[in-house]
Amino acid sequence: MEIDPFIFRLSIFILSIFVGYYVVWSVTPSLHTPLMSVTNAISSVIIVGAIIASLAGNPENIFDTANIFGFLAIVLAAVNIFGGFLVTQRMLAMYKKKKKDK
Amino acid sequence: MSPNILAIFYLISGVLFILALRGLSSPETSRRGNLFGIIGMAIAIGVTILSIGNFSIGFVYLLIFLVIGGSLGAFIAFRIPMTAMPELVAGFHSLVGLAAVFVAISAFLKPEIFNLGYSGNIKIASLIEMSLGAAIGAITFTGSIIAFFKLRGIMSGSPITFFGQHYLNLLLGLLLIGLIFYLCTTQSEILFWTIISISFLVGVLLIIPIGGADMPVVISMLNSYSGWAAAGIGFTLENSALIITGALVGSSGAILSYIMCKGMNRSFFNVILGGWGATDQSSIKSSKEQKPVKSGNADDAAFLMKNASSVIIVPGYGMAVAQAQHALREMVDALKKNGVKVSYAIHPVAGRMPGHMNVLLAEANVPYDEVFELEEVNNDFANCDVAYVIGANDVTNPVAKTDPQSPIYGMPILDVEKSKSVLFVKRSLSPGYAGIDNDLFYRENTLMLFADAKKMTEEISKNL
Repeated sequence: MEIDPFIFRLSIFILSIFVGYYVVWSVTPSLHTPLMSVTNAISSVIIVGAIIASLAGNPENIFDTANIFGFLAIVLAAVNIFGGFLVTQRMLAMYKKKKKDK
Repeated sequence: MSPNILAIFYLISGVLFILALRGLSSPETSRRGNLFGIIGMAIAIGVTILSIGNFSIGFVYLLIFLVIGGSLGAFIAFRIPMTAMPELVAGFHSLVGLAAVFVAISAFLKPEIFNLGYSGNIKIASLIEMSLGAAIGAITFTGSIIAFFKLRGIMSGSPITFFGQHYLNLLLGLLLIGLIFYLCTTQSEILFWTIISISFLVGVLLIIPIGGADMPVVISMLNSYSGWAAAGIGFTLENSALIITGALVGSSGAILSYIMCKGMNRSFFNVILGGWGATDQSSIKSSKEQKPVKSGNADDAAFLMKNASSVIIVPGYGMAVAQAQHALREMVDALKKNGVKVSYAIHPVAGRMPGHMNVLLAEANVPYDEVFELEEVNNDFANCDVAYVIGANDVTNPVAKTDPQSPIYGMPILDVEKSKSVLFVKRSLSPGYAGIDNDLFYRENTLMLFADAKKMTEEISKNL
């Protein structure tokens, strides 16, 4: 009997939770705010679903209800992707080490 | 593009996202980490568009919407003041949640484009995954909106509770599970919309009983939810990038919630089930007036600090409210010129989100190697001459160690009272969020500075 592909996805999921667990524990507490903004940005990879929803379909009627929801999701996710990564960048740029005394 | 190659690319994005989080283990590697994240995102978006290979008019619209959202996001990212970061993060969480809901709706209305079967005959597994994704997404959306309102001050930060609240939530939760099962047998569109509407309601109900100072837990929790919603959609779309990311974000938020709860010595459920602040405040007020308090002015404070050899600064939410971080840095610069050794002590739950104080200090150009976490710095108070408490309250209250009756008993606190003298900047003697009186106010070695945090700090600088 073949293994259902769902099981593979479940394996990826479970293993990723463990990876996330260990990676996040190693994040320094002073960077917890950037951690939140960057996780927020990467979770907007949900945009791939939005792209499929908006593009795949009848080219004659691109504003079908399902497509419209896809386009709306693209706008929301794009706000997050650009906003999230840029604000993270902006915050991280502020973290400076003590200047060596001359 | 063959589905296998596509899957490899999604895997690469997933790995890059892991590296993005890994980079945050130190400020030096963090910027490169963020770049990995951006590359991962670009790959995921790029290959998705290429795999569909539809460059007709729809593609033009896609670009337009991408640019609209992107420029809005970029505008916000550049304009937002650092003090508003908690609201911003809450707002962003709500968008992820809503996007998850929208994608789930598309998938439900047109399952064939996602290879999930046909309308009215969607694969059961996909149906469960998409309704879970939609439900969690909807809860994230409204929950984050409420958190946003509370943080922004549009809604009062005090907990809103009513009789039977928790039973209502439990009932709605069970109802949701029941409806999802029912949806699997009937495939009815109305049921799907009902599930989403109830989830919207649950999001509101979950967050309104939680008070302002518990927001660090709430934001972390919503962060976690947005991840689980993404993972749910990832299972539906059979997309490994989404599944990996969802799991990463989900566990990240969960860990942050755990750290925040531990910082308050409270269980997660204790926080979720409603705030402090509902304690009897009248008894506190009556007992307060009898105790003597020493208060001073900027002159006294400047004199004390100038003659100290080491000073530890303890910032809290009040510093963020007063926007005092720049004034504080200037004061510290003046102190350093006088040869005083200065460091900063940050409590895990200081502020309204994890790491809130660190970002504000970084904004004010405070080097991150002068800023210490509770465990690193707590022993230093005994050897320090002056502790300057600016905008923090409950996290310095010695009652947490001495009075088993106190609601904050057992909470790890900064041992501010051990320093030779304590300067406590505060507008009045009012109790902090926990609604309890701070024992520190009445200590022999405490000098209260009754003023706005920023004004007081500026005046001290002048007197140095």
